[in-house]
Amino acid sequence: MIEIKDLHKSYKMGSNSLHVLKGINFSVAEGELVSIMGSSGSGKSTLLNILGMLDEADEGSYTLDGVPIKNLNEKIAARYRNKFLGFIFQSFNLISYKNALDNVALPLYYQGIKRGERIDKAMSYLEKVGLKDWAGHLPNELSGGQKQRVAIARALASDPKVLLADEPTGALDSKTSYEVMNLIQEINDEGRTILVVTHEPDIAAMTKRIVNLKDGRIIQDTPVNQVRALQNV
Amino acid sequence: MFDLERWEEIFETIRKNKLRTFLTGLSVASGIFILVVLLGIGEGMRNGISQEFQNDAANIMYVYTGVTSKEYKGLNPGRRIQMKNEDFNYTALKYQDDLEYRSSIYRIWNGIVNFGKESGSYRVEGVYPDYQFLENSGMLEGRFVNYKDHDNFEKVVVVGNKVRNDLFKDSKDPIGEYVQISGVNFKVIGVFTDPGGEREESRVFMPLSTAQRVFGGGNNIANMAFTLEPEENFEAALAASTRFSDAIEDQLKETHTIAPDDESAISINNSLENAKRFFDLMDMIKFFFWGVGICTIIAGIVGVSNIMLIIVKERTREIGIRKALGAEPLSIVGMVLHESIFVTAIAGFIGLIASLLLLEFVGPLIETQYISNPAVNFNVALTTVFILVLAGAIAGFFPAWRAARIKPIVALRDE
Repeated sequence: MIEIKDLHKSYKMGSNSLHVLKGINFSVAEGELVSIMGSSGSGKSTLLNILGMLDEADEGSYTLDGVPIKNLNEKIAARYRNKFLGFIFQSFNLISYKNALDNVALPLYYQGIKRGERIDKAMSYLEKVGLKDWAGHLPNELSGGQKQRVAIARALASDPKVLLADEPTGALDSKTSYEVMNLIQEINDEGRTILVVTHEPDIAAMTKRIVNLKDGRIIQDTPVNQVRALQNV
Repeated sequence: MFDLERWEEIFETIRKNKLRTFLTGLSVASGIFILVVLLGIGEGMRNGISQEFQNDAANIMYVYTGVTSKEYKGLNPGRRIQMKNEDFNYTALKYQDDLEYRSSIYRIWNGIVNFGKESGSYRVEGVYPDYQFLENSGMLEGRFVNYKDHDNFEKVVVVGNKVRNDLFKDSKDPIGEYVQISGVNFKVIGVFTDPGGEREESRVFMPLSTAQRVFGGGNNIANMAFTLEPEENFEAALAASTRFSDAIEDQLKETHTIAPDDESAISINNSLENAKRFFDLMDMIKFFFWGVGICTIIAGIVGVSNIMLIIVKERTREIGIRKALGAEPLSIVGMVLHESIFVTAIAGFIGLIASLLLLEFVGPLIETQYISNPAVNFNVALTTVFILVLAGAIAGFFPAWRAARIKPIVALRDE
């Protein structure tokens, strides 16, 4: 599903440049649930941004579902993001003046789907995350866990190949975190590929594989025995 | 533009952000409102001043005489100058190709006019038939005096509308009735109206020859009035009338032995020269109002630009979210512009309609001498609305474009 070969990325900081990713080789098969771990400055966010086409690599190749991702202009990047990727952010990033249902329907708007169909689809995803009764509520009327579940429904709405979650539980207490991780596991059980960036070992333990990053290199890439989140709730 | 989905998206944004929409709209609506009202008042002042000039034919010249102030060729100062028929006939003949209308006037003092038991004191004047056009008078009933009356010394009068109302009340048809002026019977042949109003309508005209003969005027005349043939433009007309008035003045001074530099003996009131002063003033007023109006528009544009900047800044994070979800840069720019054009256009038209309603309903109530019927050229008002909308769009475009270029990851970091 994801193929990365010899990926380099550096940022220019005035006269000196900062080499953040120093040759990453990494692949993810369909249906995997991978966590990317590392301390801050290890390059895990940069890697996720490149995977999410929010940023471009200097060197190396990136293939997503057989499509080479390179020399993207903004327009094509936007289209690929819409088609291939679903984002889940630490700070939820819901649009504050839209209710839960309209937030979930937004990616579908950019796919050019008609309003009626959009609403139906969005409602079914909200139901899937257990928030059907909250469809008409604005984000500030929802709890943190509910907001993240709306965000997950939104990420799923465009039926992406890969879900990218950047610290999805970073702003939540542990009970809510486990509920969210349970939802992520259930989605993965249905066969969807998911990448989770986290620095919490207990969250990483709930995935099927841990990739450890340090100073721009992968130092460890091991499959783990998945801990089901439901047991901790 | 006609994408229904886009419209739904815009309406939702507007509905959920009422304050923002209201503020944008307010600055546009008030700008347009102020501009249109200002232009309307300017136009009203123009109308008011123009009306002051409708009383007489716009290019009329009045010649009247006074007392000499300078000794000349052995004659003492203090002589009263009396114009004669010959003065008029000479001028009328000499300039017959240049003149449009001409008349001399013989004024009868103490013009007490009686009809039955009613009587009143009015200005009674002997005039030539052209005088109707020099005075801009219109006939309500009957006719004005004509050359035949003049040649036959007919004892006929044309009375002003006010005179008719005073003497005949409303009940009688005045045409064919006889009125007495200083005890002499005159047949009423017409009733005239004058744009100058009641003051001008409380006059009585009779043929010049009759007036001179009946009231012992000999061949004396009090005034002469002329208009020149129309010229192509105002400047040419002004030059011609100045030339003509100078020529008559010289001629009269020579005939009546008046010092060439005597200012008080002969006076010529050239209404074109007066008009020029007023037209200049009116142009100044017009420039002033346009100046103020354009400044208002600029202030409006600055206001709209500021609000657009704030809106885009405020929406940076939202734009980042939309981009991460697959919005193309152009669709972001389109969304921002679509909303801003829609809001400014609606607000602009609200301001326009409000100001037009104000001018329409309050305008006619303004009863001063110098403002009358304030109105505004609809096309001008419409153009300013479009200019404001366009300015708002351009002002919104650059921040929107910049926001659309920001990497989503940067926009999302924006707290």
